[in-house]
Amino acid sequence: MEPILVTDAVTKIYETGNLKVKAVDQVSLEIYPGEFVALVGPSGSGKTTMLAMLAGLLNATQGTIRIDSHELGKLSEKEKTRFRREKIGFTFQANNLIPYLTALENVELMLRLNSTNSKYCREEAIKLLGRLGLSDRLNNLPKQLSGGQQQRVAIARALIHDPSLVLADEPTAALDTERAFQVVQIFSELIHEQKRAGIMVTHDMRMTQYVDRVIQMVDGKIYKIINDRAEIDALAAGGRYEAENTTKKGEIFEMKENQVMTLNNGLLAGAGD
Amino acid sequence: MAFYLASREIWRNKGRFFLFSLVIALITILVLFIAALAQGLAQANKEYIEKLNAELIVFQEKVELSTTTSRVGLDKLNNLRRIPGVADVGAIGFSSASLEFSNQQNSLDVALIGVQPGKPGMPPVFSGNSIRSNRGYQAVIDGAIASRNGVRVGDKITIKTIVGSEDKFYQLDVVGITDGRQYFYQPSIFVPFETWDKIRPQAAEGQGQSNLVANVLAVKLTNPQDLKIMAATIESQVSGVEVVDRKTAYESSPGYSAQQSTLNTQQGFTLLIGILVIGGFFQIQTLQKVPQIGVLKAIGTGNLIVAYTVILQIILVTIIGVAIGSISTILLTLALPGGIPIMLTGNTTILTIFTLLMIGPLGGLVSVRLALKVEPLTALGM
Ligand SMILES: Nc1ncnc2c1ncn2[C@@H]1O[C@H](COP(=O)(O)OP(=O)(O)OP(=O)(O)O)[C@@H](O)[C@H]1O
Ligand SMILES: [Mg+2]
Repeated sequence: MEPILVTDAVTKIYETGNLKVKAVDQVSLEIYPGEFVALVGPSGSGKTTMLAMLAGLLNATQGTIRIDSHELGKLSEKEKTRFRREKIGFTFQANNLIPYLTALENVELMLRLNSTNSKYCREEAIKLLGRLGLSDRLNNLPKQLSGGQQQRVAIARALIHDPSLVLADEPTAALDTERAFQVVQIFSELIHEQKRAGIMVTHDMRMTQYVDRVIQMVDGKIYKIINDRAEIDALAAGGRYEAENTTKKGEIFEMKENQVMTLNNGLLAGAGD
Repeated sequence: MAFYLASREIWRNKGRFFLFSLVIALITILVLFIAALAQGLAQANKEYIEKLNAELIVFQEKVELSTTTSRVGLDKLNNLRRIPGVADVGAIGFSSASLEFSNQQNSLDVALIGVQPGKPGMPPVFSGNSIRSNRGYQAVIDGAIASRNGVRVGDKITIKTIVGSEDKFYQLDVVGITDGRQYFYQPSIFVPFETWDKIRPQAAEGQGQSNLVANVLAVKLTNPQDLKIMAATIESQVSGVEVVDRKTAYESSPGYSAQQSTLNTQQGFTLLIGILVIGGFFQIQTLQKVPQIGVLKAIGTGNLIVAYTVILQIILVTIIGVAIGSISTILLTLALPGGIPIMLTGNTTILTIFTLLMIGPLGGLVSVRLALKVEPLTALGM
């Protein structure tokens, strides 16, 4: 099977004045259809920067990104805009939805943008919103929806137009625990079912129980990639996994003492082993 | 797509956008009213001269084309008539008087205009007869007096003038009614030239001039296109006169240009305020929309669609506002009582409305630029 996403030694250096920040450093990864990946790491480790590059919103300083055999670096701005609306599904941390469009219209927007808004597609949109438990909310405006409902509409919008790659930036940041689990679970189901490649940036380790792979970033580099189910589940379970790995974790703490680490209540931003 | 987004947003924020439209409607009313006032006042000032059945007007030279100062002796009439190309000449005298009413009605200030029967200067009569004699106590009155004060053909009217320090009253027979012929903001009463000379206000009684003197002479040309050449010819062949066309004549009347330019300036400023208000309005709105514009761009909406959406909204809001404003203005002018110098004529109104329609897009250019500059990265909080 061909991977949907291939990055090769992608590097992003921000230059502000004469200050250079290496936000992403030589990141290479491959993601296959039907694979849901979590991108975790401490604040400032380069997760959002990575996501922005994958969406064609930022140009990589070095390295290549290939999605569905399009090499992003070779596309013009106009082509990248088109690429985003055709190939990428996007959910954001906040202000996801267009406030003057109803739930259904927000989902249909993706179809309209791609000029594929047929009656059939509309039915698909309604079906998808139904899957996400929003059948009775189709004609509500975003302000009439709860945070979790809004996030679910955003998920529908990110999937409706048959994208290859779905990018989710902290989809659970504004949600309480229970809703967060619900949202990520259904997100994961849909990604697997529809055979998309999904990447979710998250601070909440517990959400990793729904993914196939966890990519830990530290200081712009991939610190570790966890493929093993048991290891992922342990990570998601929080404290227990951490306790078993104190020594190694200590090293990381030393290495990264200037970065914020949170360990309590199963929330971990940062690296584990 | 742009239309879809623009109309959805307007529809879901009806109240706010309607408020925008109302502001534009008010600006429209203001601008149209100033335009109507400028036209109405100009009309009240120049109506008689503008409608004059003559191409050229002969003033005394060096009086800066002031009809009240100008004195042209009637002895010049024959000289003028002999110049080839001159079809006819008529003497005109201007003065003011008041029209008295027997009942409680207030007296009405009028322009008392002396004209020669059948000569240029005498307006056409729409009901009744024209003035026939050169010295009878007959009058043709302005249609405005007829309709507003209920004066009819066959009525007798009383005119008051002041001679020295005394009020003098004269009775005139109304023989005919002409259309609107205001002169210097007053409706007109036309009397035979010699009668005018007798009853017009004077500093003292019976100065007994042997020669009749008019204020100006109206010259009708055989060939109306020869304006410039004929004016020069007359000036060279008749001594002590200045000859101009009708437009130059009324534009030189006291205060005319000053008044028109004041009103035009006001109109210009109101339009400018309109542009700034609408510009500010949409600019604030666009600033508030930066996050959602960021999301739109991040999910792949082209810049063109984003720009068109903003422009379309501005155009829609402007059209609705200008329409509401124009209709209100027309209704208002219809509801206003007569006598108020408000006039909306086709051309000026259309031009003004067209200019008003431009203020939205002009004011909105800044917002379009703002919307274009929003980075899709803002959706990711970057
Ligand atoms: N526009 C920018 N200009 C300069 N430096 C930037 C810019 N955006 C991000 N950075 C820097 O790049 C590094 C990575 O930032 P990024 O936002 O990708 O981290 P993150 O992993 O998403 O963090 P968080 O978890 O807090 O969202 C940080 O050191 C940040 O300060
Ligand atoms: Mg981030």
